[in-house]
Amino acid sequence: MGYVAVKGGTNAIAQSIKRLKYNRIKKGEILSINEIESGMRGLIDQVMSESSIYCEELAAISIKQAEGNPEEAVFLLRAYRSTLPRKHYSKVVRSEDMTVERRISASFKDIPGGQILGASYDYTHRLIDFDLADETKEELIQWLENFNKEVDIIEDSTDINKLPKVLDYLRSQGLISDCGEKNNEPKDITKKSIEFPTERSERLQILTRGQTGAVTSLGYAALRGYGDTHPTIGELRVGSLPIYVDNPLNNDHDDEDSFYIGEIKVTEVETLFPASEEKEDGKVQMELEIGYGICYGQNETKAIAMSILDHCLEIGDPRYPTHDEEFVLLHIDSIESSGFISHLKLPHYVTFKSKLDSIVKTRKGE
Amino acid sequence: MRIEYNFGFFDEGSKREIRRATLKAIAIPGYQVPFASREMPIARGWGTGGLQLTLSLVGMDDIIKVIDQGSDESVNAVNIKKLVRKTTEVQETDLTSEATIIQSRHRIPEISLNEGQILVLQVPIPEPLRYVEPSEYVTKRLHADREYSGAWLMLFEQIMKYGNMSTGADHPVSVNKRYVMAPSPIPRFDNPKMNNSEALILLGAGREKKIYAVPPYTEVTSLAFDDYPFQTESFDQKQCRLCGSTGVFMDELVDEKTGETYYQCNDSSYCLSKLNNQLK
Repeated sequence: MGYVAVKGGTNAIAQSIKRLKYNRIKKGEILSINEIESGMRGLIDQVMSESSIYCEELAAISIKQAEGNPEEAVFLLRAYRSTLPRKHYSKVVRSEDMTVERRISASFKDIPGGQILGASYDYTHRLIDFDLADETKEELIQWLENFNKEVDIIEDSTDINKLPKVLDYLRSQGLISDCGEKNNEPKDITKKSIEFPTERSERLQILTRGQTGAVTSLGYAALRGYGDTHPTIGELRVGSLPIYVDNPLNNDHDDEDSFYIGEIKVTEVETLFPASEEKEDGKVQMELEIGYGICYGQNETKAIAMSILDHCLEIGDPRYPTHDEEFVLLHIDSIESSGFISHLKLPHYVTFKSKLDSIVKTRKGE
Repeated sequence: MRIEYNFGFFDEGSKREIRRATLKAIAIPGYQVPFASREMPIARGWGTGGLQLTLSLVGMDDIIKVIDQGSDESVNAVNIKKLVRKTTEVQETDLTSEATIIQSRHRIPEISLNEGQILVLQVPIPEPLRYVEPSEYVTKRLHADREYSGAWLMLFEQIMKYGNMSTGADHPVSVNKRYVMAPSPIPRFDNPKMNNSEALILLGAGREKKIYAVPPYTEVTSLAFDDYPFQTESFDQKQCRLCGSTGVFMDELVDEKTGETYYQCNDSSYCLSKLNNQLK
């Protein structure tokens, strides 16, 4: 007797989930949350950024549950995020107030405050360090002690809490137009679905939550041929930003009365795009336009790609898909793209039967 | 770090937001109301739109039924039911007539629904004009202008090409003589069941962030031409091998041993009730 494949779901699911757990633990080792938090900084940062929730511990639990698969880890965190009431918007954050740990500019060699390389893979050789296979805790502790001694000796007068922005210099030279501040409450894309054309605040939110690979690919496409841009990085900085909220009982937005709720590590990028501007007298003048990228954690490629896409969408050249806001914004979200692609795994018996009926009818010419 | 989930998964504010969009959808039949679709513990594209409607509506006294591809037991239906149970502990049922909320992917149950019941459909692509116009900005304006020649043209072109309207599931309908609406991916067979339905029909698209509705007793007509009338999938002379039913949507199955094709009710709860003589 034939069987109907969709039957017996309950037991099949239970067994499948059991099998999944088996796969996670079959080698007899258990990852502690602490180990993930301390040793998988890159993955934690990426997952927090795509999930748009900042919590290293929750990210670590999700990564453990997802066996290190970022797509699944982001999925878990985003779903959890849906259960949280959204109580406050933070006060406006000024990136000048960042405690900088890395800061580079590709535009100027000599930036006020200097270039700070910080921690980066950029200058490493990507050779596998086979010694890591036998790394011991004793060695690590020894290394850390030496490192801390070294740090104590170095003296530097740079105030990493108040580094000037590279773009301010260009602005003071009149090379980029001052865009003014817009500190009204943003249109929150997690509370209201977007309508086209979008506001920049909405675009930036979607770009910063975007799937790292997707944002990078589209940014790359815009740079390579499906776009008309070649930016220079004015400033890239990685560091921590303090977050404040207004006193919920007192609505006067007084800075003195606001609450410090913690800090978040971000990567912020400002890129410069040469552009020509036609003056009233018909003369064309060159100027610089800006692309902006910011995301949770140290995610430099993503933040740079975001800044490229921000500029592309701001320009909106109809010749290129990377400049089309519907094309970019509706497709770079990890949850949305992976969800719909994976739904193809669900049965489609009814739809397919219906389509088949049509195909047969059109063939018969009924 | 131990966390307890709220009744119906969402926080109260989120549920209220979704209910507001739902009320608006009911007030403007067939109109796609944008809403802030939340990320869910199931994949976007696996029925999060329907699930958000269900979870925002469900109360302690509700009895819930979930169908996928006509079956209460298909993996996705089981999964969704499990989540609703886990976060609400409401009663569940396979019996269509018993349920107060019926969430479904791809089918409207065979027995007619009654006043007081809510049918929640999971929608993958809510925009009936998407095939002819990729831009959301443009389609929104086309709806405002009631400019549906794109949809008509799509059907016309199918007739020119194939001599027939070759829509599969999701044959566009006109609701209350105003909005053209995608009836979720229900087969053409189920389109007529939306017309003048006693039950409230809610349609939710999670990934596309839209809620729309057919209120009870609302006229729903499938788009068609005078000389090319709307046709449902035909199951003439087909009979369910298990319960003997005719005139219902059938699954086409092949007997592995004999290689024979046979038919079976797609609505498994209907078939079972028939077998148990609960239905005449």
